[in-house]
Amino acid sequence: MMESIILWVLALLSAPFFSALILKVKAFFGGKKGPPLLINYYTLIKLCKKGSVYSTSTTYIFKMGPMISLCASVTVLMFLPIAGHAPIFSFRGDIIFILYLLGLGRFFTIAAAMDTASPFEGMGAAREAYFPIICEASMFMILILFYTLTSELRLAAYFTGCQPLELWLTAGSPMLFIIFSFFIVLLTENSRVPVDDPATHLELTMIHEVMVLDHSGPDFAFIEFGSFCKLFFYSTFVARLIYPFSTYNIVWDIGLFGISLVAVYAAVGVMESVMARYRMDKVPQFVLTSFALAFFAIVITLEFVK
Amino acid sequence: MNTRFLKIRNGAAISKEEIPNLPFDDFSRQAKDIVKNGGKVVHYFAYTAEDQIKLLCVLRTDALFVAATDAPESYPSLSNECEPFHMFEREIAEQYGIKPEGHPWLRMVRYHPNYTGKPDVFGNDYKEDIPGNYDYYSVAGDEVHEVAVGPVHAGVIEPGHFRFNCIGERVFNLEIQLGYQHRGVEQLLPSVPAKRLAVIAENNAGDTSIGNALCLSQAIESLTSTEIDDGAKIIRTIALELERLQNHVGDLGALSGDVAFLPPANYCGRMRGDFLNMSLLICGNRMGKGLVRPGGVRFELDDEIRIELIRRIDEIKPQVKHTIDLLFSTPSVISRFEGCGAVSRKNAEELGLVGPAGRACGIAYDARREFPNEHYGYLDIPENAEPTGDVYARSKVRADEIMQSIEIVQSLIENPIETNIVESNPVDSDNFDLAPDSFVVTINEAWRGELSHCIMTDENGKIERYKIKDPSFHNWNGLSMSLRDTGISDFPLNNKSFNLSYCGFDL
Repeated sequence: MMESIILWVLALLSAPFFSALILKVKAFFGGKKGPPLLINYYTLIKLCKKGSVYSTSTTYIFKMGPMISLCASVTVLMFLPIAGHAPIFSFRGDIIFILYLLGLGRFFTIAAAMDTASPFEGMGAAREAYFPIICEASMFMILILFYTLTSELRLAAYFTGCQPLELWLTAGSPMLFIIFSFFIVLLTENSRVPVDDPATHLELTMIHEVMVLDHSGPDFAFIEFGSFCKLFFYSTFVARLIYPFSTYNIVWDIGLFGISLVAVYAAVGVMESVMARYRMDKVPQFVLTSFALAFFAIVITLEFVK
Repeated sequence: MNTRFLKIRNGAAISKEEIPNLPFDDFSRQAKDIVKNGGKVVHYFAYTAEDQIKLLCVLRTDALFVAATDAPESYPSLSNECEPFHMFEREIAEQYGIKPEGHPWLRMVRYHPNYTGKPDVFGNDYKEDIPGNYDYYSVAGDEVHEVAVGPVHAGVIEPGHFRFNCIGERVFNLEIQLGYQHRGVEQLLPSVPAKRLAVIAENNAGDTSIGNALCLSQAIESLTSTEIDDGAKIIRTIALELERLQNHVGDLGALSGDVAFLPPANYCGRMRGDFLNMSLLICGNRMGKGLVRPGGVRFELDDEIRIELIRRIDEIKPQVKHTIDLLFSTPSVISRFEGCGAVSRKNAEELGLVGPAGRACGIAYDARREFPNEHYGYLDIPENAEPTGDVYARSKVRADEIMQSIEIVQSLIENPIETNIVESNPVDSDNFDLAPDSFVVTINEAWRGELSHCIMTDENGKIERYKIKDPSFHNWNGLSMSLRDTGISDFPLNNKSFNLSYCGFDL
């Protein structure tokens, strides 16, 4: 149990570092030096030192948004088998609890955005509410597959120890589909290119960023930190699938898990560097690809893995 | 064509008496005739001559035509039948209080009291802040919403207000309301000492300082019958092409950044700096300010600078080519550019789009080719028309022009350039004599398109009317049109593909 808590704290502490890797990769492709690897820590510290500004037209909902979304992201990490180690909490059906906990966080981010009554934020909220619906469909498709493979509804049952290897062995190549499907969900849920552009300053094209325009100071730090944790959460899925082994030695596991995480984050960075983002009305097609992949994976598995 | 409009040349002063003074009906009918037969409006403005307000119109077909008329109190709008007069009539109404009856969209242009003290056509009280009682186009219904952007924007750009009427993500109509930067340049210019003229002209629009300085200098030279030497002409041509390069390269980078494709965005940002530094090398100012003055140029391009310039351009040319190739060979970029914000050729003709925005709609007009001045008469400027009118076409035209401009500059700096710099030139000091009772119009192809200045002098050789028309004056409505039925999230992309001037419009 103690080890699980330590791993959880490590995950929280390292999440901003991994996100900075994406910036480094993008800078490399752009022929720039890029910000330091600890940039996100500096940003968080800077934001926490600042005061928050609240518009007179907002209510307590606006202040609640960042806190709840941060709490949701931090809590879901407690259910995550980090480095293949057992998580802090785990119960039958926790995967559904986790998905909707993230949904709760998103709901309050959207509510806070609507609370400002800014036309931009309303528009961003509409987009943010729309795209993850398709993600949810893909997530449940993947869940159905995992359930058929393991007869378990616990996140820990899929990603602890050598369990991912079991998934690979029973399902075989369709797991490749699942990796891509997860990766698309990761890009969508975390507002990365080609769905959203985290670097733009143009409100009219933003999805996630526009919703948090009015937050400042510590509130904004909460949002930023929450999004680092969320990205860590989804990256772990992909990382565990591409490195499905476990050495049962905690230090080795952490090291190898760290390396596979770096690979996932670097892949996000490469993705952002080599392609432009999609036009807003093409995004649903892209996200639906993840659903289609998961769906095919199920069809293939159910047919051949009896 | 049987017209009573007088044919004039670009940058050649004529006596005011030569301008045909037609009765208003003839004036209106003939102007409409020319424009309906493919002519374009270069200028249409009012001025005061001997207590009489007159209207003057400069049109272009393959040549320039001018005519004037005594302005009536109000007149039947020309825009009703002939759309290209639309903005000009609004401007006249705002500047001189002359109302075009039945104008389809009579709104203020820049928000200032008129020059004549007549009752305001728009019923504005100018003590109030802009926009006063501006009546925005509005739509109503379920799921219809309005998004107001600006006048203060997220980026470090100029102020302007954009009002989107949308259904969901789709834009019905975009209304652009400007005037936040109005400084009264046209009113200021006639009142300043001559040596300040060029300084003010350069700052009409900071990114078009060479273009504006050229227009002014050519006009003054023509009114003072000053001949400039060939070397100065070549240096001016180089400067104008460098200005084009700086802005086109910067904008291609920004377009790439707007679709979140970072490598070209970064490379272009750096290369824009390199081109700016070439201007710095020539005249000590990255925007080329202080280079072009009536009578010639203030800095020579000696062999040391010339060799350095050749070296720099040889070095940067393959980089520019490579970056453009990267941008236009990336499928995800092309899928964003193609079909985005298309303006039809017909609409472009009616709006009178000029420059790259017009060429992207298939209108090949380029003032460098059709009304050549400086060294352009010796250069071969290709037609860069693209048929599709979308963001792809606008960026493609710019990319083509970048490579052409590099070649133009390369060819011009091949040989030594000799010029007598203007340091104590008579037209650069206070006591110069403009020809009295004269009129001159100068046209240059600035990087945004046709930029034109008009000067009118009184019987003492003082400037009595200075008229400036920035290409943005035509093109802002093109941007508005491109947003019809386009996703609102594509606005920044379209906006950048036009990249119009706020201060050049607001004056």
